[in-house]
Amino acid sequence: MKKTLFDKVWDSHVVQQVQDGPDILFIDRHMVHEVTSPVAFLGLKNRNIPVMYPERTFATADHNTPTINQHLPVQDPLSANQLKALEENATQHGISYWGLGHEKNGIVHVVGPEYGITQPGATIVCGDSHTSTHGAFGAIAFGIGTSEVEMVLSTQCIMQPKPKSMRININGELGKGVTSKDVALYIISRLSTSGATGYFVEYAGDVFTNMSMEGRMTVCNLSIEMGARGGMIAPDHKTFDYIQGREFTPTGANWDKAMTYWETLHTDAGANFDKEYHFDAAEIEPMITYGTNPGMGMGITNGIPTADAVEGGEATYKKSLAYMGYNEGEDMIGKPIDFVFLGSCTNGRIEDFRAFAEIIKGRKKADNVTAWLVPGSHKVLNAIKEEGILDQLHQAGFELREPGCSACLAMNDDKVPTGKYAVSTSNRNFEGRQGPGSRTLLASPIVAAAAAVTGKVTDPRTLL
Amino acid sequence: MAYDKFTVLTSTAVPLPIENVDTDQIIPARFLKATERKGFGDNLFRDWRYNQDNSPKEDFVLNNPTYSGKILVGGKNFGSGSSREHAAWSVYDYGFRCVVSSFFADIFKNNCLNIGVLPVQVSAAFLADIFAAIEADPSTELVIDLPEQSISISSTGASENFDINSYKKGNMTNGFDDIDYLLNIKDNIRDFADNTPL
Repeated sequence: MKKTLFDKVWDSHVVQQVQDGPDILFIDRHMVHEVTSPVAFLGLKNRNIPVMYPERTFATADHNTPTINQHLPVQDPLSANQLKALEENATQHGISYWGLGHEKNGIVHVVGPEYGITQPGATIVCGDSHTSTHGAFGAIAFGIGTSEVEMVLSTQCIMQPKPKSMRININGELGKGVTSKDVALYIISRLSTSGATGYFVEYAGDVFTNMSMEGRMTVCNLSIEMGARGGMIAPDHKTFDYIQGREFTPTGANWDKAMTYWETLHTDAGANFDKEYHFDAAEIEPMITYGTNPGMGMGITNGIPTADAVEGGEATYKKSLAYMGYNEGEDMIGKPIDFVFLGSCTNGRIEDFRAFAEIIKGRKKADNVTAWLVPGSHKVLNAIKEEGILDQLHQAGFELREPGCSACLAMNDDKVPTGKYAVSTSNRNFEGRQGPGSRTLLASPIVAAAAAVTGKVTDPRTLL
Repeated sequence: MAYDKFTVLTSTAVPLPIENVDTDQIIPARFLKATERKGFGDNLFRDWRYNQDNSPKEDFVLNNPTYSGKILVGGKNFGSGSSREHAAWSVYDYGFRCVVSSFFADIFKNNCLNIGVLPVQVSAAFLADIFAAIEADPSTELVIDLPEQSISISSTGASENFDINSYKKGNMTNGFDDIDYLLNIKDNIRDFADNTPL
């Protein structure tokens, strides 16, 4: 039978099926962070059961961590307590732990690939919806709730009905200034924020084949924003080159054995998908969002759609625009902004900082803009320094912060104030996402850079 | 974590006719810092429910004494966004045992089923009927019959069936969770793991 990439990986991980119920899926690798794990560890304690395979779980602190003065004690007592709980739980159960200040610390979805924890053909879960990031390597990776974190800790399995399959094909060549982030925001704007709910997505076509691993991670990361459980891209030589030689990547005979399996990981010709979309790369512009969910995105030179042109209820749409302080039909170009956030599991990798630097090089940060540039990990931070990007940032009047999730969800002190506008490279523009009352415009690192140096929404192609 | 068994629930309902209610609205990230499952109901819909000075927003439905009950009725695509189970906990902790919508986001739906909140997906037309019935008479009761997989509106007599797989239905009616099931097949899991490289 002809199988999709998704079928191959999923089917090979089913321990057994429950009649008229879910599949019992074996999880190869599990990542945990401080926010969604403490109640799961508490559950183990209450049931008096151990972690079944501690060597398959990896812990890092990221959501709550400050992005300045990480060498000092964490000021917020609740955050400090949660970080301490993660350290104690990991230590007690023999789980590798990369806490604040550890050289391998960083955002869970950035460090997983960096250290080779993320591998093709694996099942990977984490109590975080952006676990879909790891699908860039041809893994089945998705976010789970805390009850499921407890399941994986205690039994290395979760119970899931098999999702339906979707393939999104984009062929052709991307235009100047169009990045992987724009591709993802474009897809979400076409499918809506619930258009892929119930599906697992495979991305296929020239655009994804030509994309870097970092770009593929950005696309797969945002799969959840159209409701998909996850997204994946068939592994190829770029994937194998990326992972070879990393700490948790197999070596020697184990590498050869793994490669034999990995090379089978592609969708068979003629395999069937429950749903399929085709888009043309040339249609995609640099994107920006104007509303309060990631599906409310548009080409940066367009006008904000009118209520009758969008799917869904008019009242919900108008509520969203009112929150943003925008009106139907207005241009986004030229809209004033107050903050720029470069970072997150979506766009906090070295390639993102390189792209940002390309635009700001030889220019100056606009006086009205507060910029938070937050690397996804220490490895990214070190690369920024080694490649001379830090000097370019300093010359343009920017500062660099320390790694963490930061203003993406504003659990730490990096909060955008009420009513202020932030151009952010992160993944969600929900009401209050970046701080109570904050207003978020999602965009690529180069759109963010163009906004940072001009103080307003600007087409980055005019600065390239 | 064990929860109360769910069979038939008859209750008035709280209407929230907004689409794409995301889990950041259900519970904002700054309230996710606890290390125990306690007190999340206080912050359910925090920023829609309270002003920044903590005074209640009078026009939000949870602050309107006209509406109450153990059933929350939301617009299409309820629970999108973050995987935070805290969203389901806050719904449960506030006192809701059932959420009705015409469409649910996957992870939120799973989380609800795992902690004893029943997500009931109805047709768009039936959802509109529910909102209309509650608007006409806020004391209208909904009857959620899990064994029969039906939902009905007491004031109009209208009724519809809903889907749930028999495994999850069994869990909800018996108050079991997945870990109870998985722990019973640990030997099979161990055999599987032995043949799976790290």
